[in-house]
Amino acid sequence: MSLYYVQKLLYRLNRDDVTRRRFETDRENLLAEYELTDEEREAILKPDIGLLFVLGVNGQILMHYAGMCRYEWDDYLEAMREGVKKYGPVREGVYTITGYEGVPAHDETLKKRRTAAKGA
Amino acid sequence: MPLVFAGVCSHAPGIVNRAERADPAVREPFYKAFYEMGDAIRASGAEALMIIAAEHFGNFFMENMPAFAIGMADHYEGPIEDPDWMKIDRRQIPGNKDLSLRLIKGVMEEVDTAYAEEWKFDHGIMVPLNFLTPKYDMPVIPANINCQGPPLTPLHRAYAFGQAIRHAADALPEKIALVGTGGISHWPATPDSGKINEEWDREFLDKFLNNRKDELLAYSDVDTYKIAGQGGFEIRTFIAVAGATEGHKGKLWFYEPIPIFAVGCTVASMEVA
Repeated sequence: MSLYYVQKLLYRLNRDDVTRRRFETDRENLLAEYELTDEEREAILKPDIGLLFVLGVNGQILMHYAGMCRYEWDDYLEAMREGVKKYGPVREGVYTITGYEGVPAHDETLKKRRTAAKGA
Repeated sequence: MPLVFAGVCSHAPGIVNRAERADPAVREPFYKAFYEMGDAIRASGAEALMIIAAEHFGNFFMENMPAFAIGMADHYEGPIEDPDWMKIDRRQIPGNKDLSLRLIKGVMEEVDTAYAEEWKFDHGIMVPLNFLTPKYDMPVIPANINCQGPPLTPLHRAYAFGQAIRHAADALPEKIALVGTGGISHWPATPDSGKINEEWDREFLDKFLNNRKDELLAYSDVDTYKIAGQGGFEIRTFIAVAGATEGHKGKLWFYEPIPIFAVGCTVASMEVA
């Protein structure tokens, strides 16, 4: 596990145009500069957003890599959920899953409560 | 001049980039409160706006993570994120290097802050500016507290940072407004994005608005993580504002959970004198 280097590469891809260009044109050499396990390397290259989440990549870094890989917002969230189903709980870093019901159901509850409050 | 304004607000990227997916019944009053805070900052006569943010690996990374940082440049750039994703055009934002320098010197008398002559603003600053100074015409002094990469800045140090900013700002001739941005409970950029613990938020806001220092500093990151998500670590920015307005109370302008924005959307001000 070398979560630090996975996150560092993704962080640089997020913020640095030169790194992003090298990712397109000189990928092998770029990746060789980071200490990555085979699993991490494959997860980055595929990209397997769900596995990267399970490996412990911070969402504030991962969401931009997913964006760079043309994931829409809902697809990004789903990819993380799928990752947890496939690979199990997050292995490192700050995250655990809490059993959240999701935005549409949450919105519906809040809307009902607002309507009830107005009627009262 | 003494600090002329102090407030707090949310900064989640969804507030701008998922705007159309929110219920207008809550979105519009939230935006209104946000814009009104901008009006209040201008009405205060502020010559610069200091924003205490909780940046998300835009400029600072675990290779050299400062507990505190303050910007010291005549101009900044943002958003650092893909502008198409952020839905805010990339632009230059005015700063004030000389004012920053004097402010940082003052802060350093009490708290060891890093300084940065280069800073690309992420959504943590760009989303607030989008509402507070939509013309990007007020010099900004960015500040940061490490709320993202553990070990995080201790809460009592965040409070001390706010006190140091207050003492430094009060000693300068310029009028400075201060805004902390972040939190409160949320699980941003995770599968639980959208989850909000309203009860916890309101309890925190009550402590914050009444500036009950001991209660604010009694939160533990272990509990916050369990109950309020990793986004809850960003209470540090609110706590710094409480430190800058020690002994004073505040007013809640707006609070509503808006799940698609992934946060309990908050706008509040604190009395500065």
